[in-house]
Amino acid sequence: MARGMVKIKEDRCKGCGLCVNVCPVEILQLAQDRFNIKGHHPVEVSDPEKCTGCAMCATICPDVVFTVYQLKRQRSRAAA
Amino acid sequence: MAKELLEGNEAFAEAAVRAGVEAYYGYPITPQSEALEHLSKRLPELGRAFLQAESEIAAINMVYGAACAGARVMTSSSSPGISLMQEGLSYIACSEVPVVLVNVMRGGPGLGNIQPSQGDYFQAVRMAGHGDFHMIVLAPASVQELIDTIVLAFDLAEQYRTISMVVADGSIGQMMEPAELPPMRPVRPPERRPDWALTGARGRDANTITSLYLGADNLERVNLRLQRKLQTISENEVRGNEYEADDADLLLVAFGTVGRICQTVVRDAREQGIKVGLLRPITLWPFPTERIAELAEQVQGILTVEMNAGQMVEDVRLAVEGRCRVAFYGRMGGVIPLTDDILPELETLAAEVSGTEEACNGD
Amino acid sequence: MATEDIPANMKLVYSYPASLTEADTHYCPGCTHGIIHRLVAEVLDELGLQESTIGIAPVGCSVLAYNYIDVDFAEAAHGRAPAMATGIRRVSPDKVVFTYQGDGDLAAIGTAEIVHAANRGELFTTIFVNNAIYGMTGGQMAPTTLPGQVTTSSPTGRDVEEAGFPIRMAELLGGLPGAAYVTRQSVLDVRGIRRAKQAIKTAFRTQLDGLGFSMVEVVSTCPTNWGMAPQAALDWAKEHLLAYFPVGDTKVSEAVRALMKG
Repeated sequence: MARGMVKIKEDRCKGCGLCVNVCPVEILQLAQDRFNIKGHHPVEVSDPEKCTGCAMCATICPDVVFTVYQLKRQRSRAAA
Repeated sequence: MAKELLEGNEAFAEAAVRAGVEAYYGYPITPQSEALEHLSKRLPELGRAFLQAESEIAAINMVYGAACAGARVMTSSSSPGISLMQEGLSYIACSEVPVVLVNVMRGGPGLGNIQPSQGDYFQAVRMAGHGDFHMIVLAPASVQELIDTIVLAFDLAEQYRTISMVVADGSIGQMMEPAELPPMRPVRPPERRPDWALTGARGRDANTITSLYLGADNLERVNLRLQRKLQTISENEVRGNEYEADDADLLLVAFGTVGRICQTVVRDAREQGIKVGLLRPITLWPFPTERIAELAEQVQGILTVEMNAGQMVEDVRLAVEGRCRVAFYGRMGGVIPLTDDILPELETLAAEVSGTEEACNGD
Repeated sequence: MATEDIPANMKLVYSYPASLTEADTHYCPGCTHGIIHRLVAEVLDELGLQESTIGIAPVGCSVLAYNYIDVDFAEAAHGRAPAMATGIRRVSPDKVVFTYQGDGDLAAIGTAEIVHAANRGELFTTIFVNNAIYGMTGGQMAPTTLPGQVTTSSPTGRDVEEAGFPIRMAELLGGLPGAAYVTRQSVLDVRGIRRAKQAIKTAFRTQLDGLGFSMVEVVSTCPTNWGMAPQAALDWAKEHLLAYFPVGDTKVSEAVRALMKG
């Protein structure tokens, strides 16, 4: 189970690539096989399992493309 | 209210206070600094906003801001300072927020001098700033009229969401006359500011006040709306005073201080048998074009007298459209044309036009 | 935003700020205006200020800021935003006012207005976007352009003999008594962006507490007019701009220091 997850608003993306460079687990890439409605190669996640939900992509994105989720912390139950 | 002896500048400043002005942002410049000084005392006393800005450029933009926030606001200056404000006036006009300002006109061009003048007629009426717009321009001729036009200026500015400029020549700003101030009008509370104003978007969509309209169709639409508004103002807000014009063969046209002097000229001339009348425009914009056109059918000649090189006379000529002779007499630099200066000019005109008449009658 | 397809054991870490409109911006790919607008919107959300804020847009690339940040907005003439802000603030003492300005707007034509507003301690916040060039008009030299930097109006590079040295506005304004919080930040990397957001928040809180004038200068990029790709622009700025325009506070009043600690 991935520690984090991002949702991408593809049509907002301008293909600037800043997020690609900033992702610490290097799982973002600009999709070379397609264009979005603006004519840019939009960002996509290459390996969702590796996402940590660090939100560095969302922090650097000028176009608010990313919504970021992260696993809630598991609390261990104390003995009753 | 009883009459009191008031200086023009102080009178218009206090009139603004009585009219409910909420903010004044200005800069000292002779011959109107007394207004700023008066308001620097009065407005803080009443818990209203006063600030001496760092320049007229800053002042007019502070005024623009306060007007966007829906507050009743004014500034005042004199000729060179008004030049600095022209950028702001253009922005304000396109944004359609109400603003009142006073130009106490001094000698120009350039730094000029601090004597009275009427040299900013073109600036006020023809080119208040870049682009297609007009301000309502009011020209009082006495301290009382100055007080009354300030109150009117606020009402018109708010009614039409436009700029009202009161032009007083330097003498009106400085002269002392008995006059009556209006009673104090309460300041509009912030919760009653207009719907379009920038008051924080609570319970409504955000308001944007701008003068930027990219796209030709868009900007043309805005301009057509502005022009329609100006047309409505033209149809409804012309103001002027006539003195002995009904049976006149000749007409004097003059505004402000000169208009007042011409009243005496009319009396003196009539004593000499010259049947002259006076039309004193109070709104320079909208100009009393129709009335002058009417009078041009009746009189043989019109003498326009101004303290400039000939500015309002052009609007007179446009209104007259060649129906009769239009002559001009003007003084500049702060020299005030007095009755002894004007009367001979009128006599010359009278002689000219009666000569023409005789020629037409085949004598 | 559909929430059904998010696993039940995930929490939301970042989502679209409420104080931003849905509009796509006209800014170039990688333009840092987008980041800064977003930070302002996030701060307005976190401080609950969307309904009481009035923004003033400049003349420059961000002239249409009012299409993106969802608060009441006025459009100012070039350089005049601090005067408009003064006018608005003094008749609206219970509102939050900010100006958003570029280097031409604030450091060239509008220098008198910002100096005097800061000097008076006006209770509004200025976001000053410094990217050492004039973007909107096509890449001319700015008062903040570096010595030797080539622009469309300094084609052989800025000559300090002719044009003087770049102006450090954060230092200039920080020296004024009325300024309560003046700082320079950057949005050139994640760390810088997070610091910048904190600074913007402190600036708005300075205003809310009535402590004086607040400004955050933000070292930014202009990929298009610098002739660089977005990442290369960030790198160039880190290497060259930060050396001349260092990140740090140039004025923190006692009261603001207490606010920052509290």
